[in-house]
Amino acid sequence: MFDLTGRKALVTGATGGLGEEIARMLHKQGATVGLHGTRVEKLEALAAELGDRVKIFPANLSDRAEVKALGEKAEAELEGVDILVNNAGITKDGLFVRMSDDDWDAVLEVNLTAVFRLTRELTHPMMRRRYGRIINITSVVGVTGNPGQTNYCASKAGMIGFSKSLAQEIATRNVTVNCVAPGFIDSAMTGKLNDKQKEAILGAIPMKRMGAGSDIASAVLYLASSEAGYVTGQTLHVNGGMAMI
Amino acid sequence: MSDIAERVKKIVIDHLGVDADKVVEGASFIDDLGADSLDTVELVMAFEEEFGVEIPDDAADSILTVGDAVKFIEKAQA
Repeated sequence: MFDLTGRKALVTGATGGLGEEIARMLHKQGATVGLHGTRVEKLEALAAELGDRVKIFPANLSDRAEVKALGEKAEAELEGVDILVNNAGITKDGLFVRMSDDDWDAVLEVNLTAVFRLTRELTHPMMRRRYGRIINITSVVGVTGNPGQTNYCASKAGMIGFSKSLAQEIATRNVTVNCVAPGFIDSAMTGKLNDKQKEAILGAIPMKRMGAGSDIASAVLYLASSEAGYVTGQTLHVNGGMAMI
Repeated sequence: MSDIAERVKKIVIDHLGVDADKVVEGASFIDDLGADSLDTVELVMAFEEEFGVEIPDDAADSILTVGDAVKFIEKAQA
């Protein structure tokens, strides 16, 4: 089950906590993995650790030309991307009344527009090959909302609508498009929270613990597998029960 | 058949997986060759790539048959 031998995957934001776990998981299951990130040294270190079946693709997702080039390069160097995991994301939190244009634009650009552009580059070859798995990492707050994150939640909700629409357009080509929506996960992003914030969060999670990166990576693996071929346009929530939607 | 017509025909055969003898000038992509709307978009993209021409959406909408495609590309390249 869930064997990815011979498959080629591109994971964006692979130097972040979640992205790294996802890349490791897909690699462990036999896929050749393209690691995208912004920090070359970190990419090289992870690639060295994983060993063979790895290529690195540094790119700045705020730069539209670089996003296009990333898609072209990954498609060429991996000789066809079968699995695309749009994982890279940023936050620029702040209360709405004080939200600047720059903070809004930056988050939408990386979290949503880059997903559109990169997916556009890679979808057509997938359609031609009649096989593809597109997995977008959204967030529970894209569905529930979260004060202080109007920009982030808008981008994550946008991802879900994007995925559902694209899923319908290309379903006949055997290319599936799904989202994974993590709840609170132990990562650099939640590491910034103070103890009081953490306590409040855990109170809202029936499992009384934060998720691990591997919980998310396992969900991604399922959607990336050939076994999930009849699943498309879905959002898989992995959140310890904090939102049952 | 012109060189352009031959190349168009080859793209259509490859993409739609239809018999060569069905791909005649008057053949409609959708009605005669079994294409769906996504196929027609993909064909237009394949023509653009093969011939290095740009086919705007409104022009693409008027390309319904193999002959339409050949005529458009001949004109675009003239």
